[in-house]
Amino acid sequence: MASLKELKGRIASVKSTQKITKAKQMVAAAKLRKAQAAAEAARPYNVRLERIVATLASKVSASESAPKLLAGTGKDDVHLLVVANSDRGLAGAFNANIVKAAVLKARFLIAEGKTVQFYLIGRKGRPVINRTFPGMIVGQYDTTGAKAPGYEQAQAIAQDISAMFFAGKFDVAHLFYSTFKSALAQIPTEQQLIPVAIPADAPAASNAAVEYEPDEATILEDLLPRNMTIQLFKALLENMASEQGASMTAMDNATRNAGDLINNLTIQYNRSRQAAITTELIEIIAGAEAL
Amino acid sequence: MPLHFELVTPEKLVRSEDVYMVVVPGSEGDFGVLEGHAPFMSTVRDGALQVFASAGAAPETIDVVGGFAEVTEQGLTVLAERAG
Repeated sequence: MASLKELKGRIASVKSTQKITKAKQMVAAAKLRKAQAAAEAARPYNVRLERIVATLASKVSASESAPKLLAGTGKDDVHLLVVANSDRGLAGAFNANIVKAAVLKARFLIAEGKTVQFYLIGRKGRPVINRTFPGMIVGQYDTTGAKAPGYEQAQAIAQDISAMFFAGKFDVAHLFYSTFKSALAQIPTEQQLIPVAIPADAPAASNAAVEYEPDEATILEDLLPRNMTIQLFKALLENMASEQGASMTAMDNATRNAGDLINNLTIQYNRSRQAAITTELIEIIAGAEAL
Repeated sequence: MPLHFELVTPEKLVRSEDVYMVVVPGSEGDFGVLEGHAPFMSTVRDGALQVFASAGAAPETIDVVGGFAEVTEQGLTVLAERAG
């Protein structure tokens, strides 16, 4: 049985841990609200751009002049998996879930005889992926410098990736991130980045009378890189909201567990103290009787 | 009937309002959009949008970078990477 002093020390240590998890939970809650608002604000642009690209793509894709980002390289050999993680832990299974989805996909592709490469965003995915697939990480983007995901970051990443694409380093790119559903549920999501996946229910070119300046293909060529940037930006924002949501939930659980632990320890402490007192009393009484 | 004008950046919906006319710096020349303009899409060169709140009013200018303009029956939508 632990001594009284030991128990006291443990209670104090759990209490200070609880303070930390509680603080982290409150910080995450505040950040979550901000991240959600940012994700919300980015939606209108995304919706409109997606619609325009879908309309244009359905017109151009049939022709020979379709841009490379839309048509692909014509091969399907080298796959680049872009994995977006966060820089910090203490967010439950958030990072692990994204990495798990990417690893699963990588195994599947390798089993099909494809070459797989990784491009990592954020710090947290690196150790696991490096261990599972050593030497397959071809690029990395560091997000530690910025507090919140910005459009400039997404632009830099998009430039990096498209430079690699046009250099012929890969044929297909997949993006892995976590979609924010609620503070309790974040869904690891996979999305094809290159060639651009056109949603099946894309609006058919209904208004044939639309005039284009310059022509459709040129506009599309201008819009596709932008579309990729916005997809990355969306992923970063969703990730941010997911991370904060996961962190909030994980820290809430941790705080509650610490509370339970403190209660148990306190009961144990009180019991042993009482036992010590009782023993002392018995000794005194026994001594008095012996006289 | 006024023209419905929207200016959107990746970070937020900058403007969504009814105006009289917008002059857009298209990549192949400026063009003005009034209510009832024919459907039209154009890339936009970096420059200033001129927004006329009403006929004859002094224009308000908004600088845009990396833009794209779409005119539909619903109105004019300008997508820009940066605005203002």
